[in-house]
Amino acid sequence: MKREAPKSLADYSPLFFPGLMLIVFFVVPFSTMIAVSFFQRDPSGFYTPDFVFDNYARFLSLFFAKVLGFSLMLAVTVAICCVVIAFPFTYLLTKRPRKVQTIWLVCLLSVLSLSEVIIGFAWSTLFTRTAGITNLFVAIGLMKEPVALTPSFWAVLTGMVYQALPYTILVLYPALVRLDPTLLEAARTLGASPVRAFMNVVVPALRNTIVATLIMVFVFALGSYLLPQILGRPSHWTLSVLITDQAIYQSNMPFAAAMAVFLVLMSLALVGLTLLVGRRENAL
Amino acid sequence: MIQTFLRRLYFAAVALFLAAPLIVVAGVSVNEKQDLAFPPKGFSLAWYAQIFADPEWRKALFASLSLAVTAAALAVAIALPLAWFLWRRIAPWANVFQILGLAPFILPPVITALGMLTFWATSGFYGQPWTAVISHAIFFVTLPLVTLSLGFASIDRSLVEAAATMGADDRTVLKTVVLPLIRPYLVSGYAFAFVLSLNEYIVAYMTIGFTLETLPIKIFNALRYGYTPTMASVSVFFVAVAALVFGLIAKFGDIRRLLGAMSSES
Repeated sequence: MKREAPKSLADYSPLFFPGLMLIVFFVVPFSTMIAVSFFQRDPSGFYTPDFVFDNYARFLSLFFAKVLGFSLMLAVTVAICCVVIAFPFTYLLTKRPRKVQTIWLVCLLSVLSLSEVIIGFAWSTLFTRTAGITNLFVAIGLMKEPVALTPSFWAVLTGMVYQALPYTILVLYPALVRLDPTLLEAARTLGASPVRAFMNVVVPALRNTIVATLIMVFVFALGSYLLPQILGRPSHWTLSVLITDQAIYQSNMPFAAAMAVFLVLMSLALVGLTLLVGRRENAL
Repeated sequence: MIQTFLRRLYFAAVALFLAAPLIVVAGVSVNEKQDLAFPPKGFSLAWYAQIFADPEWRKALFASLSLAVTAAALAVAIALPLAWFLWRRIAPWANVFQILGLAPFILPPVITALGMLTFWATSGFYGQPWTAVISHAIFFVTLPLVTLSLGFASIDRSLVEAAATMGADDRTVLKTVVLPLIRPYLVSGYAFAFVLSLNEYIVAYMTIGFTLETLPIKIFNALRYGYTPTMASVSVFFVAVAALVFGLIAKFGDIRRLLGAMSSES
């Protein structure tokens, strides 16, 4: 059966239900959120309809600049750590037998699907004084007595790398598994060591994939909303945490919505950049 | 020789990093008393029984399971006709719906959550349990949409053509040829959405957080008031469910293909 253009209204009928659901429950809520970002805050309830730029004007404060700066710095650090760890790992994984790959993929998916609540709880347990990793260090004589490692910046960073690492590996996997093996064979035949062939052939060949993955992981890390709360201090809060905090605890929906709109624009710009990078790779 | 050793060391380090927090959680979950101690003091499975025995945890477990079962079903019900239409017809503008289906998953989750919160608050349904079902279905529609698109792309069009030549109409072709071929992709799309919905926190919290507790919400609320070992046993339960579901997908389907090991054309 050839693909053909829909002729009658009946041909469009499969689209009715998905289209309706996506418009009513995604496009409308999204537009509502944008509208609310221009509304006035109502301390007694949610908000009152209005058209003001007050919520956006609050971006110009030092506090907001600090949170934004910290969020970006944290997300960049997470993205770099993840890609540095995941790229060689994924490359080596694709060279293993299928069965080994399958087992790893199942484990990675299981960790990836874990709730941020559980990841946060697990790492905070691992960083406690009574049940944590420092007990192990004491046992092997590295430390004198167990200490609590949380809340701290390093705890937040570790938790977020943990959360983003399986995602990074799964984003890199298709590109690496489809990489033309003759490229590497040629380099090896010409006498390059495996490490040198990896650094001089595989990495440059996938330069655009690496850039695209960095951006994807960066956007993913920007979305982390619980780990900075569970593992860090209020000074380690990110934009996502601040949005949740304003919406739920300060009941300032208009300001939360304005920050969310800002986050969307930033993410969309970055995702757009990824698509552009990907397109250039396909054109080559 | 040395390279094999280094590779094994590297794989072991990554495995240890991924497993370490889960091992500690599994360890503290079998403590005999209400201690946060590792290695565990004594051995008891009482905290696992607690998930089902304690009415609060049981209620949260039931809320989570019913949310995940229905939300994943609704997500598949939205994705299936859409993916089928995109495969069957040439209608470039319909790709808009595909982008709409992918967007909630790519954007930071807080945004979908806040969009849902403002929407349900404005429409006056805020706090109703079914609002979370719709919110999760929209949030996770990406997963069945992606697996089903892969499934449709893998169908050999000459099979469908043969059926059509023999006189089968669209409906018969769909029922006897297309649906059986994409069933594995349908099941895995449902399974992905189910597991992620079970674990989801922020969208559930912003839609029904104040009226109904799902398991992740319950764990987070409990975490704020201190530690109970049930949190650890519930976490282990979650890991086990995810590993079981993805293990089954790997056993009965091709998980490497689902994750993009083969390009969609081949």
